[in-house]
Amino acid sequence: MPPRVNLEKCNGCEGREESFCEEVCPGDLMTVGEETMRAFCRNNRDCWDCMSCVKACPRNAIETRIPYQLGYCNATLKPFMGKNSITWKCIDIYGNVKTYSYKNRLEV
Amino acid sequence: MTKIPTKRAIKFNPKNLGEIPVEIITADLLIIGGGNAGCFVAVEAKKNNPDLKVVIMEKANIMRSGACSAGMDAINTYIPEGKTPEDLVRWSRAQVGGGPLREDLALSNAKELNEAVDDLERWGLPILRDEKGKASFRGKWDISIHGEQLKPIMAEKAIEAGAEVYNRVAGTGLLMDGERCIGAMGLGVRDGKFYVFRAKATVVSTGGAGTLYKSYTADSTDSGAQIWMCPYCVGSGYAMGYRQGAELTSLEQRWVATRSKDFCGPIDTISVGYKTPIINCKGERIMQERYAHLGGEAAPRYIRANAPMEEWLAGRGPTYCDTRNMDPKLVDDMMVDYLNERPSFVLFLASRGQDVTKDPIETYGSDPYIVGGHTMGGYWVDIDRMTTVQGMFAAGETAGGNPNKFVGGCAAEGKLAARGAIKYMEGVELPELDMDQVNFEKERIFMPLLRDKAFEGVSSLEMKERLQRLMDEYAGGTSQYYRTNEERLDYALKHIKILRSQFQYLKAKDLHDLMQASETMDRVDVAEAVCHHLKARKETRWQGWQTRSDYPEVDNDNFDCFVESRRNPETGEITTFTRPYEKIVSGDRYLS
Repeated sequence: MPPRVNLEKCNGCEGREESFCEEVCPGDLMTVGEETMRAFCRNNRDCWDCMSCVKACPRNAIETRIPYQLGYCNATLKPFMGKNSITWKCIDIYGNVKTYSYKNRLEV
Repeated sequence: MTKIPTKRAIKFNPKNLGEIPVEIITADLLIIGGGNAGCFVAVEAKKNNPDLKVVIMEKANIMRSGACSAGMDAINTYIPEGKTPEDLVRWSRAQVGGGPLREDLALSNAKELNEAVDDLERWGLPILRDEKGKASFRGKWDISIHGEQLKPIMAEKAIEAGAEVYNRVAGTGLLMDGERCIGAMGLGVRDGKFYVFRAKATVVSTGGAGTLYKSYTADSTDSGAQIWMCPYCVGSGYAMGYRQGAELTSLEQRWVATRSKDFCGPIDTISVGYKTPIINCKGERIMQERYAHLGGEAAPRYIRANAPMEEWLAGRGPTYCDTRNMDPKLVDDMMVDYLNERPSFVLFLASRGQDVTKDPIETYGSDPYIVGGHTMGGYWVDIDRMTTVQGMFAAGETAGGNPNKFVGGCAAEGKLAARGAIKYMEGVELPELDMDQVNFEKERIFMPLLRDKAFEGVSSLEMKERLQRLMDEYAGGTSQYYRTNEERLDYALKHIKILRSQFQYLKAKDLHDLMQASETMDRVDVAEAVCHHLKARKETRWQGWQTRSDYPEVDNDNFDCFVESRRNPETGEITTFTRPYEKIVSGDRYLS
């Protein structure tokens, strides 16, 4: 199940012309439901798991999940954008946690 | 404001073509596709001439669009100290089994290469360096980067340089003045407008074509786009020019690569960078055991790509990239590499609870792609990167004849195409807008949205999936271990003709769907060309990339040359022919 939106955290980026996830998705897959006012993925099958929506969401409301066809459920990988750096927190299906952190921009 | 703001897609149900607004924009240089190559075209063009009006037509949002969406972990061509551009050409030539290869293009690209990569570092891209400050080479030509921000960095520069970016406008067709290209038209994916960009020169940098073939992990619910290539690069750029008679080269040299099984994540990056050999189920090192005579671990790329599949076929699967007993620190480095290019692969491993030091990473072949930045399939271009259609240039994956470009090479090519386009456009005058042409294309693109409620028809998804299975089974997809033969290709072509005759039944429910319909038609056009190329090359020169079961050997008497094709714009008939190979760089063709 590629992008999973937490319906409590998501507010459809109320007040914006388009939500952040809608603005960034390279496949034009993320949009906001008219009645629900919550973001959703038009078609999970077309999702490349690039995680642009996950990174863009100001409320950390989106998580990527691997389709069950490929990987088992309940592992997570969350990016945290920093200044010129990024931190990833990964939890596998057995509960093992790993964190990775590195610079993704040089000071110019 | 050089980045035109976008909005949520409108609910658009026009009753007739008259209700569709047309927006006309005039520019000096039009760039279709604001990706790796496209951004470099823009920056170089504005640098050369700040007064030029440069427009980028981008079907997604330039910040994260295309193959670089998630990032990159390495730049796979960068010339180290002590090596020359000629050396890179020799290596590239050997990687494709000695060619044929457009050595003129490869050399001109190699001469620009390092500067283009250095630009990226100047713009803020972290290139990993050792204590002495030298770039860390993980392979012969490969340097490591932390490229999670690669795309935003390039996009920001294109915007800063002054390019006008039209996001969410999907290019559909070229605008022609006789046989000369004078711009292109596109669909407003959010605003429902039909865009017409008039330009003195046009660069097509839309990336390669993935999704022509069925992915072997496609299922009925969530899995279908876990391919290595960007699934949003469908070949529209090739289709647009091809429909107007542009010559394509080497489409039979598809890119098939060894990738992580099921997920189709990068593998070359680790086997090269971390020296982890490919093994079969018995633990045998495949490359040394079976391909020592072809160079073992250093064998040409297509040998490496095809090797796991041959093992599976022979009953010696599964195959793996042997990460067992890797130093934990190196494993962390490897994970960081993945996080920079395909972060979800780390999630994939976590979803299997996989400790790669105990359980090696499983490998398999990918589905086949047409990518002129990796193998040679793309437009036939001259040294200025102009295609055989006057006024249309190609850069990046769309330009053929020069494989192994990757990120650095596409950047370098963007610069070269910009210079070529600027040189060409001197003295070019734009004619009056031909509204007949505009209306014809508008109708072709919007028809699926104009159906009434009773219309039965076929969805873009259904037609896409039909094409993908057809290509997989008959044109050498993964289920066939990449093999095909004359009769299967003829079968594929017969059915492609039927698919084309059914474009008239395509229906779309909204603008996103309408874009998909246009993409589906483009896929059919490119797939047809691929089949013709596979048919024309009656030999097997690059197993895996191009395997003819009926002609399993190399035939140097007849096919030591390029295979070309051209589609007649009026009749749609495709003819194939050859062009000779010209060796420019000295040295044994087969050795790097």
